[in-house]
Amino acid sequence: MKRVYVNEKWCLGCHLCEYYCAFAASGEKDMARALKDIAINPRIRIEERDDISFAVSCRHCREPLCVKSCLTGALTAQDGVIAIDGERCVGCYTCILVCPYGAVSPSENGAVQKCELCVKNTGSPACVKGCPNGAIVYEERG
Amino acid sequence: MRYVIIGNGAAGVGGAEGIRSRDKDGEVTIISAEGARIYSRPLISYLVAGKVADSGMDYRPADFYERNNCKVTGERAAAVDAKGKAVILEGGARVPYDKLLVAAGSSPFVPPFEGLDTVKGKYSFSSLADARALGAALAPHKKALIIGAGLIGLKCAEGISEKVASITVTDIAPRILSSILDEGGAAAVARHIEGKGVSFRLSSSVKRFEPGTAYLESGEAIAFDLLVTAVGVRPNTALLKGVADTDRGIIINARSETSAPDIYAAGDCAQALDASSGESKVMALLPNAYMQGECAGVNMAGGEKSFDKAVPMNAVGFFGLHIITAGNYTGNVRAAGEGDGYKRLFYSDNRLNGYIMVGDVGKAGIYTSLLRDGTPLDTLDFEQICEKPGLMAFTSKARQEKLGEAR
Repeated sequence: MKRVYVNEKWCLGCHLCEYYCAFAASGEKDMARALKDIAINPRIRIEERDDISFAVSCRHCREPLCVKSCLTGALTAQDGVIAIDGERCVGCYTCILVCPYGAVSPSENGAVQKCELCVKNTGSPACVKGCPNGAIVYEERG
Repeated sequence: MRYVIIGNGAAGVGGAEGIRSRDKDGEVTIISAEGARIYSRPLISYLVAGKVADSGMDYRPADFYERNNCKVTGERAAAVDAKGKAVILEGGARVPYDKLLVAAGSSPFVPPFEGLDTVKGKYSFSSLADARALGAALAPHKKALIIGAGLIGLKCAEGISEKVASITVTDIAPRILSSILDEGGAAAVARHIEGKGVSFRLSSSVKRFEPGTAYLESGEAIAFDLLVTAVGVRPNTALLKGVADTDRGIIINARSETSAPDIYAAGDCAQALDASSGESKVMALLPNAYMQGECAGVNMAGGEKSFDKAVPMNAVGFFGLHIITAGNYTGNVRAAGEGDGYKRLFYSDNRLNGYIMVGDVGKAGIYTSLLRDGTPLDTLDFEQICEKPGLMAFTSKARQEKLGEAR
């Protein structure tokens, strides 16, 4: 299936992916209005140090430790996309304990949040569409 | 092929899902002493607190058995006839199997306190039935006494905290959560919980009970209306005593096989290798239960699966304070990232042995992966990763594998 892959050497560290992620999740129509005066809490995060930067988001693992470890059944694999049901999540953070990529994070409402490849909002990853330099791509790599 | 699973908790569900990932047609029978409903056991404290509705307790959707074509028998398994390859139910009926998974869980252990039999209003806190019984007894004027400051006792304390007048928690150990926290971590968490109105009596055991009063070894008398015993649980190994090798739990290998042919075990009743210490242990945690069960299921159905990465690990929160821990607390100790809470890393011989994070627990799984995989610490920037878990500390080649390849 198609996943988001990182080309580290192309990452400018501009953080636009984070803003597009937050915008896509907001459900708003206008980006400026959606993000005005808020501290964003995106599902994709840039790690940066010195002159290295790269984006990290859910790998949608074939053997998803988060899904297998979820105490409540809130995390599921749906056609390969690892999805979180915020209603069933109690915020125990067992997924944060097991994710080897640090790709699951707390949300504002007590549940966890993670990249769902924008299947519940824009249909395909907004972060990739918003990346100005091809540092993240959405493609099939086996 | 006839598959039989004893138990319908996380390990049993993992077993059923593992079987069905390879065999859609074989006959799967689940023997469940608790009835047909698959609920999430760790949610009972949320149920008691009213934070999760009864309908929110389901670990899998209500049509799970139907969708996976499993038959459920709501009766307790009494014995395993390994020679005759059948499970014998309490009522005497025989359930024949070709492959058996024992996922029988654990049972609360209640020490023989003097006078305990005179106490009215005493509860365990391990099952949905326990939670319902305790929940029905809660009242704003009642004083609660909880014996045991471990995960179960403290989740119970949190769950009932807004529904009783007071809570006292006693433990023989000198600190709370002694199985998962060191002294410093336990002190930090204890301060937080005390701040929410819970009183602790540590290094302290109950000498005897009278109706409504517990007398501690120190001589202190504690009056109570509700008593919860949460001293610990014991693996349910009885079904395989004399059938397969047992120690504290039923011994399993990385394929979740017991020493008896065609019999597998998983979850709280099983004892497996701890990948972080090399010791054989009961690791009664839901993630390990599911993965051991799933591994058993795949192998029962003729597949080839190995789960050799079980480690002790916990993610738990009390009154909004999060704790994540994993592995063993041996070797050198590194305190790091003290800004937002308490954090310790334990390492030796170029390996991370374990860690404790209290408060800021973000990206903890990157540490867990180091001890699960036995990653040599000289292959990454250890100083940097101690400070903050991140993929930045790995080499760019390792990162390329993690972020540039299908996982």
